[in-house]
Amino acid sequence: MSSARANILARLRAAPKVPAPERPDWQAQGFNDRLDRFRMMLEAVHGEVHVVTDETWRAHLRKVLAEKNIGRVLAAPHLGVDWDDQVAYDSPVEDFKDQLVSGIDACVTTTRGAIAETGSLVLVPDSDEPRLSSLLPPIHVALLKAEDIADNMAQIMEAQGWAASMPTNLLLISGPSKTADIEQTLAYGVHGPKELIVLVLQ
Amino acid sequence: MGADFSTRAHDALNNPQLRANFRRAMDGLMTKRAAQFEDQDNWNALRARGAAIKARALARLPDLLEEFEQKASANGIIVHWAETTEDANRMVLEILNSHGAKKVIKGKSMVSEEMHLNAHLEAHGIRAVESDLGEYIIQLAGEAPSHIVMPCIHKNKGEIAQLFTDNIDNQPYTEDVDALTAAARQVLRREFASADAGLSGANFLVAETGSLVLIENEGNGRLSTTLPPLHIAVAGIEKLVEKLDDVAPLLALLPRSATGQAITTYVNMISSPRKPGEKDGPRQVHLVLLDNGRSRVYADEQLRDTLRCIRCGACMNHCPVYSRVGGHTYGSVYPGPIGKILTPQLAGLDCAGDLPHASTLCNACVEVCPVQIPIADILVRLRTEAAEPSASTAVKGAGSGHSAVESAVWKGWQAMYANPAAYKIGTKALSVLGNLIPAAAPLLKQWTSVRTKPKFAGKTLHQLAREKGYDNE
Ligand code: SF4
Repeated sequence: MSSARANILARLRAAPKVPAPERPDWQAQGFNDRLDRFRMMLEAVHGEVHVVTDETWRAHLRKVLAEKNIGRVLAAPHLGVDWDDQVAYDSPVEDFKDQLVSGIDACVTTTRGAIAETGSLVLVPDSDEPRLSSLLPPIHVALLKAEDIADNMAQIMEAQGWAASMPTNLLLISGPSKTADIEQTLAYGVHGPKELIVLVLQ
Repeated sequence: MGADFSTRAHDALNNPQLRANFRRAMDGLMTKRAAQFEDQDNWNALRARGAAIKARALARLPDLLEEFEQKASANGIIVHWAETTEDANRMVLEILNSHGAKKVIKGKSMVSEEMHLNAHLEAHGIRAVESDLGEYIIQLAGEAPSHIVMPCIHKNKGEIAQLFTDNIDNQPYTEDVDALTAAARQVLRREFASADAGLSGANFLVAETGSLVLIENEGNGRLSTTLPPLHIAVAGIEKLVEKLDDVAPLLALLPRSATGQAITTYVNMISSPRKPGEKDGPRQVHLVLLDNGRSRVYADEQLRDTLRCIRCGACMNHCPVYSRVGGHTYGSVYPGPIGKILTPQLAGLDCAGDLPHASTLCNACVEVCPVQIPIADILVRLRTEAAEPSASTAVKGAGSGHSAVESAVWKGWQAMYANPAAYKIGTKALSVLGNLIPAAAPLLKQWTSVRTKPKFAGKTLHQLAREKGYDNE
């Protein structure tokens, strides 16, 4: 064990002990219509929300991609996205980097759920949909089941048991990438996607 | 730039461009924040919770650090401990060298600023590229951040446009914010793709799960922590929280207080390096825990509250001093009210003793602080420590502002007030002789340089009262 570690801990332990205060009550918000709140919050930060169904989402997605003149799409094959120019993230990033960094126009990913209060998507990247999928392409299309929208973060964390098994990476995504670093003026797509489109399956 | 706060403040106050840039930015941030906390009851309950979470984590800090280390290590994150910024710099450099890294891409990290990491790496042949747009801009300008959340808040479009034209190949002069942003995206994409390592800070470290929580809007933090094969995070030891569900209320406070956003675009929770079968993410994740004086501050029950800070910047946005003089005037990495209490404690009152005086004690910072740090009380405490040190060993450089004459004056004052006869003679003497003391007398000079020296009344209060017929002294 390093001496720095021992020294720091010793100094902290030598300090006067104060009782650890209890956390006072605080309730995060709940909503009658979670989809409505989710939509309002996400649209307020420049995200798009399209309500579709299990049957219609593929056709709808095709229409959206065509309207936006998308070329190459990144999606896990098992999703069955209806698009000709389609690639899968099927090799490690070291072999896929060039294409990923500049050769893909849009990606489609699933989500683990969403948070109505803040308009946030929950993503847990895995080997089908690795971490960079939702980050490098200029457009991110996310599929979300309406029943997976929770009221707030505390609720979804508890319901999905995050604390018991945190994955390598867990993400909340609330809108497209943005910055206000230049004179407080909003600009989108500074590093991540310029557009975020959520297809809500009802 | 002058050598002390007051000289620099004087220069800043006479710079209309700087004042206009800050005024516009601070007004915008204050309005947006206020809109987020319209419901006062909810705000009060939420900040009480936030303050308790951080106070609780501090009360259990040594245990939580050990718990965090154990969990994070079990997940494959390599944890390092650094007592000083020199140690932390050395550790980061060693890790980079052992991977043969020549270029590091950086997400925004105030602790790396505290370490002056970029300069250290450059001195050892490693290029550090800032990727947060604001940090990138000030790196091009060769400047330091002037705000902990919005590092280039002091610059306007024109200045940034010129910087880009001067530094980016084939970049025409444009003040169009979208075009400037797109240009930075292009340049930085290439830097990301070819970086050997990514460096980041952390907003919270969760003991329960061994996770790092990072928040941001741009995606550069996610890129820095995902694309390069190696990720090094640097964080102060006070970043610990006990439970994962502590993160929810803190996230309900931080972005709303900082920029008036309900939440940042990205909340990035990292709990391990790339696992077998996963296709991206760094193969190694290191975390350097930095002390740099924090454990000394921790030794004092009152000053310990400083360590609750979640670095939202609300205190600076609402500070009448900061909003007029800007961040660089403080001459320290952390400016504004939090800087005025944190910097002198980390660096020592002997190095930054003028900072606790750069305040009107108006309490605006205390009213907006999401974790209820009693900034004004701590400022007064530090002023006192500088002049007349207490028994506490928590304040480095305590007593460095001590003046024998000043001390004697106050002692005399104290003695006079404690003794009716001395009081009578003393006040009488001052009413006769006080006006003879020149405004430029030593000690008085500084105070009267921006104020008119008050006139002593010809009669003392007691005399006046007696003349009015009050006889009961
Ligand atoms: S002292 Fe309070 S208001 Fe200031 S940055 Fe820290 S948490 Fe925010």
